[in-house]
Amino acid sequence: MRIPCPFCGERDLMEFAYHGDTEPRPDPTAADASQLFFDAVYLRDNPAGRHQELWYHAQGCRSWLVVTRDVRTHEVLGATLAKRGAA
Amino acid sequence: MRYSLFSLARQALRGHRGWQPVWRDAAPQASYDVIIVGGGGHGLATAYYLAKEHGIRKVAVVEKGWIGSGNAGRNTTIIRSNYLLPGNEPFYEWSMKLWEGLEQDLNYNAMVSQRGVLNLYHSDAQRDAFARRGNAMRLAGADAELLDAGAVRSMLPFLDFDNARFPIKGGLLQRRGGTARHDAVVWGYARGASDLGVDIIQNCEVTGFVRDGDRVTGVTTTRGTIGAGKVGLAVAGSSSRVAQYAGLRLPIESHVLQAFVSEAIKPLIPGVVTFGAGHFYISQSDKGGLVFGGDIDGYNSYAQRGNLPTVEDVCEGGMALMPVIGRVRMLRSWGGLVDMSMDGSPIIDRTPLQGLYLNAGWCYGGFKATPGSGWCFAHLLARDEPHPTARAYRLDRFATGHLIDEKGQGAQPNLH
Repeated sequence: MRIPCPFCGERDLMEFAYHGDTEPRPDPTAADASQLFFDAVYLRDNPAGRHQELWYHAQGCRSWLVVTRDVRTHEVLGATLAKRGAA
Repeated sequence: MRYSLFSLARQALRGHRGWQPVWRDAAPQASYDVIIVGGGGHGLATAYYLAKEHGIRKVAVVEKGWIGSGNAGRNTTIIRSNYLLPGNEPFYEWSMKLWEGLEQDLNYNAMVSQRGVLNLYHSDAQRDAFARRGNAMRLAGADAELLDAGAVRSMLPFLDFDNARFPIKGGLLQRRGGTARHDAVVWGYARGASDLGVDIIQNCEVTGFVRDGDRVTGVTTTRGTIGAGKVGLAVAGSSSRVAQYAGLRLPIESHVLQAFVSEAIKPLIPGVVTFGAGHFYISQSDKGGLVFGGDIDGYNSYAQRGNLPTVEDVCEGGMALMPVIGRVRMLRSWGGLVDMSMDGSPIIDRTPLQGLYLNAGWCYGGFKATPGSGWCFAHLLARDEPHPTARAYRLDRFATGHLIDEKGQGAQPNLH
């Protein structure tokens, strides 16, 4: 598996650390914030197919990336820089 | 047919032409009292104990492929009960006790071999942690011995004791731990369940649930709709995918765990040995192959195969622990899908839907739990209340904060 880092180009999996789903952080001031945080922290769609996930280019440019990948085949479909509110 | 020395001798005299199929390959009936989804070790054990311990014999096990074709056939066959937390240890010790009587109970050779499981420690702090774990195990009725470096050296003289970075200071030994033959466990439970009237239905993939409001009343499959009083899911690895048919979102990620076997060599490793400074564990099969593994790959996967960085990491762990295996050639490697739960512990519980029960989240430790999981899931399905040793395995513990986090890693499944 190789991940196309927008800064560094296509790099080997060994350089990256995985951080799971791109679940946006819920609004802590919402009335049902505790339920929203429970959903965000503990529950996962865990789809068998296209998956959007966060990877950290630890041994490279140290950017956080949003990678789209088919988890059935490990085919990497694209990678962009993670930005607040863009996930 | 009951297996014994007598039946073996009788068959030998007849040229072994009288052996019967071990279990019955059934076609689906219109409805059952209980349907178990998933024909792995856990599903078949559940069906067996439902029939044997609770007298519920109108039971079907539906399996999308052939029985034992998932994780039951992909694990590294280790059995042990060396957990720390009170939510876990009594359950795994109960499972260990069931292993000890399994072959007599099933009248089937599952090759249960209590050759010992040794967890090595490499620092004073780790020794203290292992002493605490050993005490917790003994409080729950399991066995544990804390060994010093000399005792380990006499057992395993070939280890790299004086490694500059991770010297071996001793280990925590569970003598009753060991290995079993994974396929034989599946076949033994299938035979026992089939003899008690359970239908084992292969090549029958569940594609949805039949619902009457909030009650599940059956499953739709590739071989038609089957009605059920209760449905139990035992499909670890694919739990989220199947639960999604019922509209459930689970605290689980599917990950890939790799395992490896080397070419066969003469007897070298007497029991199971684990490295305390990295993630590496190894045992030797009766055929002579070294069976070993380490960490999960660490990213979501349904691919049943892993990537090279993990292969390299596992082999580096092996070389740091026992350089003696450096020239042994790796024969095969494979991957299995594991349900990584959010605290590293399993779930055996009801679901928000009536009539639907969940057995999931076994992370990479499901094989050793096979008898206990079947026993406790059958108890839950039959009596609608949790078995005393599995009471902590609730689905709602993530919402209520009663997590069972052995490693203390938090809700980060790839670190458990």
